[in-house]
Amino acid sequence: MAYLALCGAALAADGTPKPEALKRLVHQDCGSCHGITLRGGLGPDIRPASLARYTSESLTAVILDGVPGTPMPPWRPLITGTEAQWIAEYLLTGGTP
Amino acid sequence: MKRAGILLALLATLGLPLPGNCAGATGDLGLVVERETGSLLVIDQSDHAAIGRIEGLGDLSHASLVYSPDERFAFVFGRDGGLTKVDILDQAIVGRVMQAGNSIGGAISDDGRLVAVSNYEPGGVRIFDTDTLEMVADIPTGSKTVGLVDAPGRRFVFSLWDSGETWIADLSKGSPAITRITGIGSNPYDALITGDGRTYIAGLFGDDGLTALDLWQDQPAPIHILPDYGREEQDLPVYKMPHLEGWAQAAGEFVLPAVGHHEVLWVDANDFHETGRTQTHGQPVFAMARPDGRQVWVNFAHPLNDTIQIIDTLTKKVIHEIRPGPAVLHMEFTPRGHEVWVSVRDAGKVVVYDTHTFEQLAEIAAISPSGIFFTARAHRTGL
Repeated sequence: MAYLALCGAALAADGTPKPEALKRLVHQDCGSCHGITLRGGLGPDIRPASLARYTSESLTAVILDGVPGTPMPPWRPLITGTEAQWIAEYLLTGGTP
Repeated sequence: MKRAGILLALLATLGLPLPGNCAGATGDLGLVVERETGSLLVIDQSDHAAIGRIEGLGDLSHASLVYSPDERFAFVFGRDGGLTKVDILDQAIVGRVMQAGNSIGGAISDDGRLVAVSNYEPGGVRIFDTDTLEMVADIPTGSKTVGLVDAPGRRFVFSLWDSGETWIADLSKGSPAITRITGIGSNPYDALITGDGRTYIAGLFGDDGLTALDLWQDQPAPIHILPDYGREEQDLPVYKMPHLEGWAQAAGEFVLPAVGHHEVLWVDANDFHETGRTQTHGQPVFAMARPDGRQVWVNFAHPLNDTIQIIDTLTKKVIHEIRPGPAVLHMEFTPRGHEVWVSVRDAGKVVVYDTHTFEQLAEIAAISPSGIFFTARAHRTGL
């Protein structure tokens, strides 16, 4: 199940995101650069206080399209817009989207 | 006493050997990092078995470790800045300091007296006495530091992500004498040192190619490797930075993971010119030569990280492919290379393969395993 999630199938049949699969993606794979606890690594801290300048929409756009000129890659090839929005809200609220 | 008796009975019931190893031999033992639980699994190479677990090491995401020269102690570098000294025989933590806020790897000096830790926050390197874990030197760099390795002569070498420099810290005379080398390139992300301690190679994220330094020179000058590599094609998004490790040398060539491309690159170890490319299943994370150099085993970045490919060094062709399971994070060869141990994070296991037949020999349960480290690393420069 976790593997399917990483391949962009973290949506249930009705199109709603699967929270456990997306949480795993955030901590394990975003965590490659941002740290498993999201406190930062080669990439910046992405806990709520550090993301205060983002709205849900602007953070969703960063997740989908990356930040050109930095190592932040676009995740659009791997996840849907709905999933990116779920992740943005998860990050902005510190785990209670 | 009664409580100890119950504990021992419980261990016996679980089929685990009792802690403490009276024979005192550690040569075929190793440690597996269990990143989410902050624990280490103690493994026995000959028995294909886990023989214990050491807990309480904090945040072990992206953790690595090095061994003391006597192969009894491991120094574990946690992401949360924790530096933990572990006794493998007693399977216990014997020292622990929180030395920074955010760390990435470390190294032990050739004489085994100093352990150095590379820090993101605050950026720099801190050096500790291996007996007491007291800090003996603090080297702030004003940058995230990466690619920290040991070099002969009580030296440590590391690179600066933000400013594109490599520093050599020489501790042979007590306080560190620093040699700064600028112009390494944009955003070095990791580095390796060859087993002879002569060549340091930094991988670059922000520039094409890699940069080598000849550490046998008094003032090493950057040697740019494959400076035009990748310009002709669009880079793919990079979901995981590759790793460089001193296992990358095979039969007189370096085999190096490409950044943002589905290939590994072959470079002549003497003059650094490109000798070939091998197309691979995905973006390589580790490209590791079997200790004899005859094969190179490659694992891949998310989302293609369920697969390992094996490349033949003579033909540079992929000769075999295996699928150990979801999220293959690390591979460790036995010292002479007859087996490779593979961590499969999302399947919760370490899988052992015969490197000659590719047959699976064993599976060992582990909790979200990442790095695997055999004690033989104690005697290898750069590991």
